[in-house]
Amino acid sequence: MTGEALLSVRGLKVVFGLDEGSVRAVDGVGFDVMPGQVVGIVGESGCGKSVTTKAMLQLVDPPGRIAAGEMLFRRAGGEVVDLARLDPRGREIREIRGAEIALIPQEPMASFSPVHTVGEQIVEAIRLHARQWRPEGGAVSRADARAIVVDLFRDVGISMPEQRLDSYSWQLSGGLRQRAMIAMALSCKPRLLIADEPTTAIDVTTQAQVLALLRDLQKRHGTAIVFITHDLGVIAQMASHVVVMYLGRVMEEGSVDAIFHAPRHPYTRALLRSMPGMHGETRVALPTISGTLPHPFNRPSGCPFHPRCEEAIAGRCQARVPVLRPVGGGQSASCFLHHDEAEAT
Amino acid sequence: MAGAAADMSAAEERISVASNWTLVWWRFRKHKLALASAAILAVLYAIVLCPDFFSTQHPERTDARQAFIPIQSIHFLDDGKWAPWVPAAVGKRNPVTLRMEWGADPSRRIRIGFFVDGPEYRFLGLVRAKVRLVGPLDPEQRIFLLGSDRMGRDQWSRIMHGTQTSMTIGLVAVTLSVVLGIVLGGISGYFGGWTDQVIQRLIEILQSVPTIPIWLALSAALPRDWTPTQVFFAITVILSLIGWTTLGREVRGRFLALREEDFVLAAELAGCSRWRIIVRHMVPTFLSHIIATSSLAIPVMIINETSLSFLGLGIRPPAISWGVLLQEAQNIQTLALAPWLLLPGLLVIVAVLAFNLVGDGLRDASDPYSK
Amino acid sequence: MIRFVLQRLLLLPLLMAVFSILVFVIVEAPPGDFLTSYIATLASSGSSIGAEHVEALRRQYGLDQPIWVQYLKWVGNLLQGDLGLSLEYQRPNAELIGEQLFLTVVLALFSFVLTWIIAVPAGIYSAIRQRSVVDYILTVVNYIGVATPNFMLALVLMWVAFAYFGISVTGLFSPEYQGAEWSLAKFLDLLAHAWLPSLVLGIAGTARLTRVMRANLLDELNKPYVVTARAKGLSEWTLVLRYPVRLAFNPLVSTIGWYLPQLFSGSLIVATVMNLPNIGPLLLRALVNQDMYLAGSILLIYCMLTIVGTLLSDILLAWLDPRIRMEG
Repeated sequence: MTGEALLSVRGLKVVFGLDEGSVRAVDGVGFDVMPGQVVGIVGESGCGKSVTTKAMLQLVDPPGRIAAGEMLFRRAGGEVVDLARLDPRGREIREIRGAEIALIPQEPMASFSPVHTVGEQIVEAIRLHARQWRPEGGAVSRADARAIVVDLFRDVGISMPEQRLDSYSWQLSGGLRQRAMIAMALSCKPRLLIADEPTTAIDVTTQAQVLALLRDLQKRHGTAIVFITHDLGVIAQMASHVVVMYLGRVMEEGSVDAIFHAPRHPYTRALLRSMPGMHGETRVALPTISGTLPHPFNRPSGCPFHPRCEEAIAGRCQARVPVLRPVGGGQSASCFLHHDEAEAT
Repeated sequence: MAGAAADMSAAEERISVASNWTLVWWRFRKHKLALASAAILAVLYAIVLCPDFFSTQHPERTDARQAFIPIQSIHFLDDGKWAPWVPAAVGKRNPVTLRMEWGADPSRRIRIGFFVDGPEYRFLGLVRAKVRLVGPLDPEQRIFLLGSDRMGRDQWSRIMHGTQTSMTIGLVAVTLSVVLGIVLGGISGYFGGWTDQVIQRLIEILQSVPTIPIWLALSAALPRDWTPTQVFFAITVILSLIGWTTLGREVRGRFLALREEDFVLAAELAGCSRWRIIVRHMVPTFLSHIIATSSLAIPVMIINETSLSFLGLGIRPPAISWGVLLQEAQNIQTLALAPWLLLPGLLVIVAVLAFNLVGDGLRDASDPYSK
Repeated sequence: MIRFVLQRLLLLPLLMAVFSILVFVIVEAPPGDFLTSYIATLASSGSSIGAEHVEALRRQYGLDQPIWVQYLKWVGNLLQGDLGLSLEYQRPNAELIGEQLFLTVVLALFSFVLTWIIAVPAGIYSAIRQRSVVDYILTVVNYIGVATPNFMLALVLMWVAFAYFGISVTGLFSPEYQGAEWSLAKFLDLLAHAWLPSLVLGIAGTARLTRVMRANLLDELNKPYVVTARAKGLSEWTLVLRYPVRLAFNPLVSTIGWYLPQLFSGSLIVATVMNLPNIGPLLLRALVNQDMYLAGSILLIYCMLTIVGTLLSDILLAWLDPRIRMEG
């Protein structure tokens, strides 16, 4: 495990066994998360970023399963545990879920139960992980839990918290719902937050507010965040470290400055080029990445990006799979343009 | 790489140009159970088309001396040669109970054959024919492949004829319900407003009606002197009159939703007549769902008809249906003597099961959002 | 919510009025009346009555009045709580019905409870352990259960009991309790006899309910809120019972209103086969003999049960599901 990293993922592979064949949703992913750091995972839909984070909490549903790799997590007490080896229904992962690693899911509307109030659902979490609030032991009473939720709501900027406590999720506006969801995620004082595209389902103005809220909370509580998104602009605002994924593999990773100002991997470069900018030429077609995402059963041989890559080396890129290696400047990339190490076949 | 891409798009292309029905068929094919059930239904409806071909004799041929003969088992080999036969039934009157007791006498063999000539009948009421699937080689003899009832009538033949009635009623009743449901539900949903309100109230009233008692009452209201055919049609109409409401509601819901869809607006703007929009644009979107729902409604109708006839209020003798046949099994003492009288019930279960499986298969195949 | 209930309650008398007309028309539809079938019955047993006697009877029963007068008389009596006189039994209908109604209701409620106790857990288990051996067995049993007409099951069970064990499974009471006063012993005797008819009555419903519960739960199990609950660290069974089962359960509740009356009317056929005391056979005879007040009253009772049942389940559903309560 690297230094005092909070989470170390190495060689993670998640496979889905469908009737028509196996799909390698995550095909050898590795990255580190330091305490208090915000790591952004960026990539197109279907690149495996959501599945990676689900795997962290052993939430991968059959027919998917973790096929290989390890996820070393440093628990609050100091011991290091491999999340990949934990029993999905076992006690240990349940202790970790919510209290040490919390999830902010993608659709807040669908992620709250429609027949329970939001307050009830957060109170349940607090009472479940009572030890986070009562380290000496003992349960948290319902009244106490409610008071905690009211404070939490205030913390995340929900007005009239006492009334909102007894609302149903469908009675709240999109922004309020997302805030309530964030409150629920923070309710048990986790050290690592997984934010799965938290701004995708809301409008741009609310998005700005939510991002500001997350940044503020992160500073105040020192929580590490793994932030998943396909929006490069959001990554630039939130993350200090960026991981770029494509077809289940990490293409490039590095500090946000390095990635945005000195991208090494052709895929990262193409992504950045396709963002509309204030300083681009007018009346010129926006550059896009040629080709389309391959069908999951039709993975390209060799480097997964090579069919769409403008800088592909004929004969090399389609034969071997490049691994992630440091390429200077604190970045790592998996590209034969920068190094020669390939995956053992 | 380019080759693989081309292959992929060839397969994808085949999928994209396949019509809706082809897609449904491909998905349906994957359900082995549904396919097997569909085959069973095909056999049953073949019997519906020509019950006489499948019977060994006339279903009403009575002979009180041959009452309650048990099932005669078919033996296919005679001394190792292909020569199917059934043992003759030998009866002895029990001196104490005065009842006939039957045994099989293997020494007296009645030879049977397949595709033999039997008593004449009319195919579809028009064409004279004599050939039957199975029957005794000597037309003077009678065989009882599934036993006989208290009047010496052959159960096998009666069951075949009963199949024709029971399976047809189910189909016709559901068809009527579907037509009623689509028409009334469609009018309700498409035009909305006042017509919608009236039809909705009607549906609510009909759905509040306790079905079985009302069926009983309606059936009892049928004049005693109607011919079996008239009774048949009346029962069908009665069954469908109350059954259309669920479908009507669904159709209405769909029409209401579809009315707002952009493709309907586009069709209107293109100048299509209302009728054309309804028939060619709106209905095809949920037709497969309706078919799936209907095939799940047929078994309900079959069970209802069977129950009504069993009580004596549905199809009446001399017409034959599975329910009428089961009436013979009402008496426990009789049943203890002749348990084969329950066999029509087995057929009910098989037919209903088959319809349910096919219906489930169709529903899964036509719903693009399930698995 | 209150408004919703009030609205439905107000519709009740209107619906009943419509039904009363419907019922009366149906009962009066066959040609002739009670007296014609009475005469026919007498004739088949060899006796007869004189023409003036028939006329006197006709006047006495009010059968010589025009139809609409008869209807109004009937409704008038009904509103005063008088269910009329049975022409055949010459006893007040209220008495006849009352005797049988209690046991009909007991049997139906028994079946109802049995059905739900079996079906809900079976459906939940089937959905959670999908594709397990138990799931497959339950699925097969369910399919067959739905396919079997309940009187058929009754016949088979009775035949098996009689042919192989020599016992006769008819009636709801042992002979010694038949006319006795109610006591704990009589009640236990009832339980001992009632489980078989309840089972027969409830089999199709149980099978259907299990399948619906399983299907609903399977739909809900894949939804995001289940993942969120799991991500909070809840144990599997707790979260399944507290969240998706709650939501899968709601649509089932809406079928109660339809199912209860079904039980009452469905018990009719089974009761005939198993020789159980039930208002069903009473209705049958009344219909065949055109004993119109008796038949009409029973039919109206069925109608009312259906409407009340639907109302009850709508209320129950609104209570369980806040979305309906607040937006309805």
